[in-house]
Amino acid sequence: MSGSPAALSVRGLVVRYQGRAAVDGLDLDLAPGSVLALLGPNGAGKTTTVEVCEGLRSRDSGEVRVLGADPAGAPDTLRARIGVMPQGGGAYPGVRVREMVGLVAACAADPLDPDWLVDTLGLAGCARTPYKRLSVGQQQRLALACAVVGRPELVFLDEPTASLDPQGRRLVWDLVRALRADGVAVLLTTHLMQEAETLADHIVIVDHGRVVAEGSPEDLTAAGADRELRFRAAAGMDLKLLTAALPEGCTVSEPSSGSYLVEGAIDPQVLSTVTSWCARQGVLADDLRVARRSLEDVFLELTGRELRS
Amino acid sequence: MSAARFEAGTFTPAPGRGPLGRMLATQVALETKLALRQGEQVLLTLIIPLALLVGLSLLEFVPLPEPRVDAALATVLALAVMSTAFTSQAISLGFDRRYGVLRRLAATAVPRSMIVLGRLGGMAAVVLVQVVVLGAVALALGWRPGLGSPGWALLLVVLGTAAFGAVGVLLGGSLRAELVLAVANIVWFVLLFAGGVLVPASALPGPLAVVVQLLPSGALAEGLRTALLGGTPALGHIVVLIVWAVVAGGIATRTVRWT
Repeated sequence: MSGSPAALSVRGLVVRYQGRAAVDGLDLDLAPGSVLALLGPNGAGKTTTVEVCEGLRSRDSGEVRVLGADPAGAPDTLRARIGVMPQGGGAYPGVRVREMVGLVAACAADPLDPDWLVDTLGLAGCARTPYKRLSVGQQQRLALACAVVGRPELVFLDEPTASLDPQGRRLVWDLVRALRADGVAVLLTTHLMQEAETLADHIVIVDHGRVVAEGSPEDLTAAGADRELRFRAAAGMDLKLLTAALPEGCTVSEPSSGSYLVEGAIDPQVLSTVTSWCARQGVLADDLRVARRSLEDVFLELTGRELRS
Repeated sequence: MSAARFEAGTFTPAPGRGPLGRMLATQVALETKLALRQGEQVLLTLIIPLALLVGLSLLEFVPLPEPRVDAALATVLALAVMSTAFTSQAISLGFDRRYGVLRRLAATAVPRSMIVLGRLGGMAAVVLVQVVVLGAVALALGWRPGLGSPGWALLLVVLGTAAFGAVGVLLGGSLRAELVLAVANIVWFVLLFAGGVLVPASALPGPLAVVVQLLPSGALAEGLRTALLGGTPALGHIVVLIVWAVVAGGIATRTVRWT
């Protein structure tokens, strides 16, 4: 659709709790049919941001447009177009899985078949189990079912895989990919780097309520492009000649005996310089690896390594 | 990989709000089922009133005006309304808030007024079940509705449900779930014995006799006893119920938290 508004647009969002800014001037953009991952440590303001977008929480300032409308008034027409998976909870303690999906389906004009959805999300075996007796993973899959059963245009998934086993995580990933392929926009929060890297078209790393970095997974991991090349060879080689042969900006060191590290913009030129230098020294460079920074490295660099409460 | 699990086009957006009537009916049916399925709630709303109905009607040692079954029915109807609209309602609201179900529903296309209406509908449905069950058992015990004024009784049940419901929502919507559970049960117990339900106001010591008639429990039970024994309930009792409903309801709309 040409001229269709962004699925989500946030400008300068500020939300305060008792004077402290939980979200402090956040900007977000989400295009229709794409996946945006909000990545950040606990307490970074991810859930608060999502709840403002869902119309469940008020904001102190900033512009928020969800499918072109302001969620603050939470007009019913807007809420009919979004799907929400809260972080934990979201069902009567005594309700059975199938009943809860049926209730949320009854709120929608043209819902998915609840039986099919329950079955597909691996909940058929506990379709008649009360919510409070479900495992956390089952509760999460139920919340996911409730988020998508109404066939929304935009889905908010707040830490959708936080307590899932690897199979459950795969299932959710498949689901997110299928949503995206079918033109649904997805905003998901996560503190799992791999999840953001695997699913998202665009990643926004937040901390202390602010955007600290954003871009595609490739942009983020290549950004600052100080990549590194590691190899093993005989210990104690004289690195002066190698340093001289390498392009400017590259440094070589031997962090541990026999293990060498070249830091800088690693390109094929650097690679061939290293291997030919080793050949001239009559040694075989072993275990040669070009290390791309993982998203986790980026994340920890940006948000620090200390543990958050 | 995903193609294997989900056919293309499965999730193609087709948003929109379901018919309001269907939404409401589904929620009322579900909330009613939940209330009638939970052991502790059924004990409170049906088993105890039924046991008291049978006991009060048949055991002569409790002083009751004749016909005993009519007076007993009035007493247990008041108790049933209090149990459902106040105690059960407050406790389930407390835990529903804890479990985030209100936020869950608030994030769907259901208008918020409908969510409240759905809750009240579920509560009304349970009261209806209680009236039918208790009425049927009373009939079996010899109750003849013709003696009293069923119309007045019905009005009192509706007003009593509104008054106790408003107080129940006020309580269940403001405190922590465990605190709600404790307070709702204690209040139920106190009102049963000292609130004019089981023991009529006239049998209570001086000042308490006056006070209980200003409580929804006393007003409802006294009104029902009058109505089912053939009289016209005092205007004062009806006014007391309306005032409790309006005042507690008014405060509740301002203070009740959805989470």
